[in-house]
Amino acid sequence: MPDLKIGQYGEDVIRWFQEHFEGLFDFLTTWLSHLLRWTYDIVAGLQPLPMTIVFAVIALVITRRIGLTALLVVGLLVVDSMGLWYETMQSLATVLVATIIALAIGIPVGIWSAFNPVVRAIVAPLLDFMQTVPTFVYLLPTVLFFGIGAVPGMIATIVFAAPPAVRLTQLGIRQVDPETVEASAAFGGSRWEILREVQLPLARASIMAGVNQVIMLALSMVVVAGLVGGEGLGGIVVSSVQSLAIGDSIEGGLAVVVLAIYLDRVSAALGGQGRGNPSWWPKRKASEGLEQAQVQPAEARELAAV
Amino acid sequence: MIEGKGLSKAYGLSDSAARRALASDDPAAAVARAGGYLGAHDVNFTIETGEMFVVMGLSGSGKSTVLRMINRLNEPSSGQLLIDGEDIVGIPDSRLRQIRNEKIGMVFQHFSLFPHRTVLENAAYGLKVRGISKSERFEKADAALNRVGLNGRGSKYPHELSGGMRQRVGLARALAVDPPILLMDEPFSALDPLIRRDMQDLLMQLQAEDKRTTVFVTHDLNEAMRIGDRIMVMRDGQVVQTGAGVEIVARPADDYVSEFVADVDRARVLTATDLVRPALLTFKVDEEPRSALTRLADNEANGAFVLKDDGHLLGVVTDTNLLDAVNRGQKDLSGAVTKDYHAVKPDAVIGDFMHLAGRQVVPVTVVDEDGKLAGVVPRAAILSSLSSVPEVREEATVNA
Repeated sequence: MPDLKIGQYGEDVIRWFQEHFEGLFDFLTTWLSHLLRWTYDIVAGLQPLPMTIVFAVIALVITRRIGLTALLVVGLLVVDSMGLWYETMQSLATVLVATIIALAIGIPVGIWSAFNPVVRAIVAPLLDFMQTVPTFVYLLPTVLFFGIGAVPGMIATIVFAAPPAVRLTQLGIRQVDPETVEASAAFGGSRWEILREVQLPLARASIMAGVNQVIMLALSMVVVAGLVGGEGLGGIVVSSVQSLAIGDSIEGGLAVVVLAIYLDRVSAALGGQGRGNPSWWPKRKASEGLEQAQVQPAEARELAAV
Repeated sequence: MIEGKGLSKAYGLSDSAARRALASDDPAAAVARAGGYLGAHDVNFTIETGEMFVVMGLSGSGKSTVLRMINRLNEPSSGQLLIDGEDIVGIPDSRLRQIRNEKIGMVFQHFSLFPHRTVLENAAYGLKVRGISKSERFEKADAALNRVGLNGRGSKYPHELSGGMRQRVGLARALAVDPPILLMDEPFSALDPLIRRDMQDLLMQLQAEDKRTTVFVTHDLNEAMRIGDRIMVMRDGQVVQTGAGVEIVARPADDYVSEFVADVDRARVLTATDLVRPALLTFKVDEEPRSALTRLADNEANGAFVLKDDGHLLGVVTDTNLLDAVNRGQKDLSGAVTKDYHAVKPDAVIGDFMHLAGRQVVPVTVVDEDGKLAGVVPRAAILSSLSSVPEVREEATVNA
């Protein structure tokens, strides 16, 4: 068998990128760390208790469930009492920025690939690749490109978390009843009008399920990002594991779980899933019509998980 | 006016491959060999302005393909499609969208409403695409909803309505843009029979008011007969017969059509005109009773019609009446004439007079608008026309 030095070639390519795109990487590093900083300043802008109230109001408005909101508040108070509030906000900021960037790339690519079979054929294996290559393999090159700190972890997070946004956007658009799309075309709708007024609204539940998945995957990368100098809960968990501080790692883990529950429930409710409709809540009929009319997000999630 | 000239559609092939395959001697086989499917082949039709034109066929016969080529939801592989003289095949997208929006309204089999929009917003959709202001388009959409009987349901969502009502919304959406052309793709086949009948009535009523050029696709012959001015029967992507409904039932072009029309409710479709035969024996009113009686006996008939000089029907004489007249020494038939016959108009459907057959000595009598005798419909003709075997009808002889 010929001895292919694939590892060597890969390293050469990475070195080449490192040398020739240094300016770009520096630029990205600067902007991403700024973005992260601004986001952190917002979520940690208030003292823990007032901020807990803000989070509670957001959860209540979106989920419309009092019991769930109470549970989330208790979780946040526990985080504060463990003294991990600011680390948690740091992680939240990372998740939010990574999610926004993953969506900003993933949703348009998803739309494009829904319409273009060639794009679809290229994107599908790429997404599989992004999700199956062990994170640590591309974590190291990102450190080479972006240096130690929060940014390489975030880049790795984006790579890992973006695929569901692409997949579920594409799925959501493709599962819109072709006759409904035809109806829009038959009345003279342009491609853009069809997309904006029919396909995207009807794919909303599926796209929101994708958003929820992106958030959860981003959160699952928080600890990994801690390995390359990402601050927040990841850093806590990594350092406590390294120093065998079992108690600290339990506390860090618990804070991650609280954050996960909060983000999952709120983002799922954003897509119409698991949202309560209590009698005291003002009726919003438009969204109810929407929910009945399309594939439920749970279904979409299963389909996309293939 | 809509004209289709040599329209063909090959599915699943590129434009050039489709053209090559269609140019060969056996296009269906050539298209299939190339990995496609010939949806319609060399379809020609002319739909007059204001006409209700029905395209009929079983599934896979190409009827929807033809309909969708009219607004190019299906791109024709070859041929011309002229709307008011403008060939819309090959026109730029912007002009196509304009024609779709301004000239053509469409109603779909499965309604295809926008589930995330209210009934009113659905009805206003075409006007929204046209760029008409919100208040004006809602006003027009509301008027369209009123016309289809959906007053006050504008704020509902489609899923809150029954199937029949949803299709009314579909119809209102098409009517709201007030298009000269209405395309209907099996619009009522997803509805249950009673609702379907209501919707047909509604459509016929709207059509009587608007006289829109309507192309209506269906696989239901009774529906086609009921609403269509003319019917185009399709099979395997080709036109088999085009004509008025009665014509198709009475004179099917081939075995396929006659099989298709076998199930039709002939009693509601065929009229006296389709079955009328000349009366075998008529007398002028001034004929002598004795000679009339002789001719009656020669023809082995029990009764015959008596006409005035100008052909107007005076009445009927029977053998007993004539014998009486002879015995009383009358000089003409005027004293013997009775009104013992049933007269129907030429356009009466069989179902309306079939129960009268055989009650009198003369058959059911067809009298035209002027009161002249147009002919008779013998009982045997009624019975054989209701059976679906055409040969029997051909052999039936008139026995007045």
